[in-house]
Amino acid sequence: MTAAESTSTLTPPVSDIDHAQGPAHAKVTLVEYGDYECSYCGRAYTIVKQLQDEMGMQMRFVFRNFPLSEAHPNALHAAIAAEAVGAHGEDEFWQMHDTLFEHQDALEDEDLAAYAEEIGIPGTEVTDAFRGGELADRVHADFRGGVRSGVNGTPTFFVNGERFDGDWSDVQALLTAVRHAARPQR
Amino acid sequence: MATTNPTNPRELLAIGTEAPDFTLNSTPDQKVSLSDFRGRPVVLVFYPADWSPVCGDQVALYNEMQSEFAESNAQLLGISVDGAWCHLAFAKDRHLHYPLLADFEPKGEVSKKYGAYHDELGESARALFVIDANGVIRWNHLSPDGVNPGAAGILKALDALTPELRGSATAGSTP
Repeated sequence: MTAAESTSTLTPPVSDIDHAQGPAHAKVTLVEYGDYECSYCGRAYTIVKQLQDEMGMQMRFVFRNFPLSEAHPNALHAAIAAEAVGAHGEDEFWQMHDTLFEHQDALEDEDLAAYAEEIGIPGTEVTDAFRGGELADRVHADFRGGVRSGVNGTPTFFVNGERFDGDWSDVQALLTAVRHAARPQR
Repeated sequence: MATTNPTNPRELLAIGTEAPDFTLNSTPDQKVSLSDFRGRPVVLVFYPADWSPVCGDQVALYNEMQSEFAESNAQLLGISVDGAWCHLAFAKDRHLHYPLLADFEPKGEVSKKYGAYHDELGESARALFVIDANGVIRWNHLSPDGVNPGAAGILKALDALTPELRGSATAGSTP
């Protein structure tokens, strides 16, 4: 592999249109490209929570959509549903995000609508969004940006814009990378 | 799993060389030739084996990207030494939308021509080629077998093709 080709840098960079938890001025930003139906992402969900507990206000976490819809039939609708709920606010988005990862075995359209209702969002807003429009476009845009950033499967993490190529399922490895990035630059 | 393999695939066929034509089975009763796609770019994806975890991720990723490849008028072709029946089962299982070609008999012949064959393993290497509409290699890449190369490099190479080298219908503004 030539060095010139391993340009796995996040494009576009994190901006205020992203869904983020933690302060914008945090020393380290962890970005995940994920798929709500992917079982590895389900495992990563708990790992990210651990990292957030460890890092506190030092870390910002951003989630972008990367639904592999041929492999996971419900993944695209789940991503759109999270965006539809997220249109009402970041708190709503993250509630939906967590709900989806905690119910990976029940992500049919009617389940997605029901989860939205539980958060106080009409289920029809979710099901309407499946037909296309801005929210679906956003999911596709996330996917396209991910591919160009070097996402090669799910989950893929970026630490301060650089792809993390270590073993994400090892909390310590990811934590070490995040801590390293959070250190003041020499 | 992600051990570095002996990098004995010979040098990948170089950028700027004409891509050697070949004809391989895409299904037990259908054959595909590289020259069938003359006039549009081709992305050749050599990979070690159907069903292996990394290959599975890689083919799944490309499978989601039909619209991005279509924007460059490009055709994707997967190639491994698995037989056509194996490809058929794998493609069906993963709902693949692009052909998988069987470099099966004589084993690895096409992979060898492209410098994308592991003699010791008896498998194709994990190598990528972007071939332009005139049949010339414009980009290549060899990954360690345990590393899924993703698609960023392919898209960048396709973006770099001029409209003429894409052979796209939208190209014809200049004579």
